[in-house]
Order: sequence, then C-alpha cells, then structure tokens
Amino acid sequence: MQITSPRFKLNAREAIADPQLQRALAHVQVGFIEKRSKAAGKLPEFDALRDSSRDIKNHTLANLDLYLEAYEARVTEAGGHVHWAVDAEEARKIILNICQEAGARRVTKGKTMVAEEIALNPYLEERGLEVVETDLGEYIVQLRKEAPSHIIAPAIHVNKDQIEADFRRFHTDLPPERNLEAPETLLAEARGVLRDRFLTADVGITGANFLIAETGTSIIVTNEGNGDLTQTLPRVHIVLASLEKITPTLEDVSQLLRVLARSATGQEMSVYTTFSTGPRRPGDPDGPEEYHVVLLDNGRSGMLGTQFQDMLRCIRCGACMNHCPVYHAVGGHAYGWVYPGPMGAVLTPSLVGVDKAGHLPNASTFCGRCEQVCPMHIPLPKMMRHWREREFERHLAPASARWGLRFFAFFAKRPALYRPLAGLAMRTLGALGRAKGRFRRLPLAGGWTSKRDFPAPEGKSFQAQWAQRRSGR
Amino acid sequence: MTSSRETVLKAVRRSLQADSRDRAAGEAVEARLAEAPAGVVPARARRPHEEQIGLFIEMAEAVDATVERVDRTDAVPGRVADYLRSRNLAHSIVHGADAWIEELPWQTEPALERRQGRAMGDEQAGFSRAFGGIAESGTLVLTSGPDNPTTINFLPEYHIVAIRAEDIDGDYETVLARIRESYGKGRMPRLLNMITGPSRSADIQQTLLLGAHGPRRLHIIVVG
Repeated sequence: MQITSPRFKLNAREAIADPQLQRALAHVQVGFIEKRSKAAGKLPEFDALRDSSRDIKNHTLANLDLYLEAYEARVTEAGGHVHWAVDAEEARKIILNICQEAGARRVTKGKTMVAEEIALNPYLEERGLEVVETDLGEYIVQLRKEAPSHIIAPAIHVNKDQIEADFRRFHTDLPPERNLEAPETLLAEARGVLRDRFLTADVGITGANFLIAETGTSIIVTNEGNGDLTQTLPRVHIVLASLEKITPTLEDVSQLLRVLARSATGQEMSVYTTFSTGPRRPGDPDGPEEYHVVLLDNGRSGMLGTQFQDMLRCIRCGACMNHCPVYHAVGGHAYGWVYPGPMGAVLTPSLVGVDKAGHLPNASTFCGRCEQVCPMHIPLPKMMRHWREREFERHLAPASARWGLRFFAFFAKRPALYRPLAGLAMRTLGALGRAKGRFRRLPLAGGWTSKRDFPAPEGKSFQAQWAQRRSGR
Repeated sequence: MTSSRETVLKAVRRSLQADSRDRAAGEAVEARLAEAPAGVVPARARRPHEEQIGLFIEMAEAVDATVERVDRTDAVPGRVADYLRSRNLAHSIVHGADAWIEELPWQTEPALERRQGRAMGDEQAGFSRAFGGIAESGTLVLTSGPDNPTTINFLPEYHIVAIRAEDIDGDYETVLARIRESYGKGRMPRLLNMITGPSRSADIQQTLLLGAHGPRRLHIIVVG
C-alpha cells in the first residue's frame, strides 16, 4: 500500500471538503461511543479487567521470546507449521509459496489488518491468484479499489447508496432491475455472491486476534462468520499474525476477550470467537488439511525496550479512533497508511518511520479521550509527544516551527524575562482587541487566524492567577 | 545462514536485554503456562446453577438467539420438528455422529429427514450439540470433530443447537477448564467455536443486520 502519510495535511483538507465522507463519518460519533459506554457500564468489573489485561500483556511482552518459543512448540505438536517473517517482503513470499505448493487459484480472506500492512493482495494478484475479501466491509472496499478506513469497520467511509451503485457495477450477472433499496437486500446479495467463492477457494487466509502459547491456538473474533468459512472450507488455512498477538494461557485470553468486544462494538461478546489448533484430525469430516502460521515481526522487535513498547499491548479494538475528534473530522484514509486514528498516529511512525509519518502524531489536540477509553491503558498522547520530540531532534519539523519553538524556549527558560514580556504582550493585545473581543488577523499568527479568530486576552494570566491563589487570596 | 526464526528471536532478546534477565523470568513463564492462574471473573457469572441457566437464556435472547427449555431428552426431536414447521422450513436436518444425538428418539418424528455428516452448503437447517454454555454472555461452546462437524455451525441458514442444562457454566474459565480436562493440558480440539447469537454485520452504514455469512437464525434447546 502506498504511503500518503507525508501529505496528511492535504489529505485532511480534502477529507473535510468531501460531503459523502462527512455524511458517513457522522455515523461513527453516535454509534460506537454510546454502545461502548453502555457495555462498559453494564459490567462492574470492566475497569478491573482492563487493569488485568494490561498486566497480562506487559508480562507477555517482557518475556516475548519465551512465549513465542512455547507457542511454536505447541503449534508444531498439533501438526501445524510456523513460519517466521522478519519483514513484509518475507511474509508475502512465504504466503505465495504456500499457495503455489497447494496449486491454489482462488484465495479467500478473512479480515486482517496485518495483510494490509504487508500489502498482500496486490502481491498475490500480480502472481496470478484470485484474492477474495469476505468480510462485508472489506469486500465493499475491495470492489471500490480502496483501503479500509477503520480497523474494525473497513467501509465506514462509504454510504449505502454508494454500496448499491458498486454492487450494480460488479454483480452484472444479476438482474439489473432488482431492488436494492433496503440494506438487508445488499447484505443478502453479498452473502449469495460470496457463498460460491467460499466453497471453491483453495486457500483461506485469516489474521489472528490472539495466539495462545499454552495450546498453540490462534483466535479470530468476528460477527459475520466469514472468517470461519474462510478457514474451514479450503484445503489450506494460513494465519497471518504479528508477534505481539501472543497471550500466555486460556485464562489470560478470557480476560482480554471480555474487554475486546465491549471496547470495539459495545457487544458483550462478538458472535464468533474461534479457537483454531492445527489442521484436520483423523476422523474429522471437515477443516483444512494444512494449517500454517506466519509470524511477522516487521519492526515490532525494535519497539520492545523503547518508550513505544506499550503500543504493542494494542488489541486493535478501534476504541481510540471511535472517540477521536480528529478521526471524526477526517476519517481513516487521511492518515495515509494502514492504521488510522490515535493508535495509527503512534504505530505508523514506528513501522514506516517518523520521516514519513511525522504529521500523524502532530494531528492531535491531546484531548486524552483515546487513552481514557483504551482497554489496554496505552498512554497514546504521551507516545505521540515522544514522536514529536524525536521529530524535533531529528530536524524533521519545518524550519519555521523549529525557530518558533527555539524563540519560545529562550523566553520560557528565563522567567524574569518571560513574565514582563508576556504581560506586556497580553495587555497590548487586550487593549487593541477590547472592542470586538477577538482578532480576525494578527501578524505572525496567520496559521491560526486564516481558519478562526484569535480571542483577545482578558484579565490576568494563568501564572498570575496561580500565584494569587497559592498565596491564599 | 541464520534463519528468520533466529533473526527475529535474537532481535526480540536484544531489545528486551534478555541476557540480563534473571532466571526467575523463565520460571515465571513456565509457572504461568503450567498453572494458568485465573484473573478477574465477573460476579454475575457466580451464582447457583439454576440461576446460571436463567442468565444464559436471558443473555442469549438479548443477542437475538431464540431459546426454549425442555425437561426431558425425549422431547428434543419434537421440538426440532416444531421449530422447522413454525419457520416453514424443509423438514430435514443435517447433524454429526454425536452419540447423544443418535440416541434421541427420532422415531417420534417419522417425517423428519435426517442426514449424518458435514454440511455441504445446500442445507436449510443444521443441528448440533454444544459442549458447553457460558452464562455471563449467553455463549455456546462447540467443538469440532465427527460428532459435531464445524461446517454445520456456519453453512446452513438455520442452526439449531441442543445443550444439556448441566453443561452450562457461569464463565469462560470454567468451560475452558473442562476443555482442558477432556483434551488434556496444553491440547485443544482442532476447532473450538464460541457462538454468541446468529451472524450479523454492521458494515453498511453502521446498521446492524442479522444473517451475514453464517446462520441467519440461531435456536437453542436447553435440555433438563
């Protein structure tokens, strides 16, 4: 997938001016937030489970090598194969190789963000395989030749009438006069079209929400059942998962499952939570004959032991973007790569470099809602700040910003100079703006005033008020 | 040439400074895998068994499953037949080789056609027996194998699942501990399906619709 994160500002401007997108984004703000809050409210232990989940992941990450080895041993015992991939290129090659060995022509896919990360579809398609996305949202996005714009609701940027138009364009063997007015009919049509693909696929590829070290099990969590048909019907099942999906035991995964669906869609539990361990066994009437796991690093080992290690606790629920005012305004595509929203703003620079993704951690008001709702207590704003610091240290910020900050730092470090000068500036602006209470234009502040007025300062400065209160008056 | 396995593990160890990690770390990992300590279990799961059954039914209905309860095993074939009739479905089901299913008095429903085996995709209704039920979220637990083939859980449009009342537990941990007992520590059935209601999607404008790729309807018969 081509990275457009460097042009985030332009992306964002276009997104805000796109009426279709803005109409679609309106659904994010109402639905997800209310549902999550209701589900969390119904479970008195919700916060205790969040703490417990955080601790489990911290322990696992601190011993990741040991748990990976234990996991691998169990998969092998159960008759599965584990393939290790250092980077995206290697993971793609492994998967292609498995498909070719199986003589595959048609590949079905359950929803996996890691496959987006390694740009798997175009790679397989260029080499002659037919790749079919089977999650309804992913299917819609695939027809439109777009990327998912949300990690759990890939087609959230698309409206119903657009989906109808797409279905009419692609499902040309169906009668053109059919009525697709109701969303139910669109769903039924997708079900019918994809059913045949499921039954004739040679390889099924899914992601994994969790990998269990105790048992060598991979877990997928879905609502549609497409992931299950993807992995049960073809001869070969490939699980594509990144290293940090490891969880020690069945008990540990039970903790994580209790916070995942509630944080994501506000369900008590997603419809299908499927534990897969190895290939078809003697006497089994169904299931894949081969079971492969591709374990992808792709930069994650480099995050361990750094200030970004906590990001590896992420269980991809999407709560951070569902609650993010920036995501609400611009949607997922503007972020320019696979992972949008606050988690993307932290993860993307780690995986593709802060030189390309430096805008993302800057696209935040630090309102803190993401951290508040994160089931894994990931300090997202703090980590965005770390990225800003790194960007500054590596001289990647624009010269004007660097000089501005240097100018500010000079005074900020010298309170004796800062206070009288700030006081003078405030009084001057206050006096000049007294009539209207705000400025439409200000010298050196065009970046602010081109979009909104600058309020004229009133009363005393924060520092002055603080000093006053501290002295007890 | 170093394998990618070694490259990745080495990189992980370097970042974690695993060399300076004390032996206790390895022991803690071993102990966790061996003992599998339980975490936070919601209070709602801990109640007398009869109330757990009630909660299971309530939670399953809340996610759009239909549930009925019968006193005796003998009544199951009649209820299956009634369900098919009430939904105006073909009078036939596919089910696995589960001895419990086979021993049901199917002769009471001579008109009901039964086929034993996996689902192929053209069946309207499938019938399974659940390994367990989880009261806290109204979740069914099914295990793969010849007794209850996985394809029956996903291909037919209507999925009818029988569960013995004694197989319903309060929480995930209890059912998973039973799995551990049945299959052995560290082992699992090839597939364990936790199923919470019929399939659904909200991918079209965030509108929740039932019946995505899996069954459109899920009917649960609690026995006992």
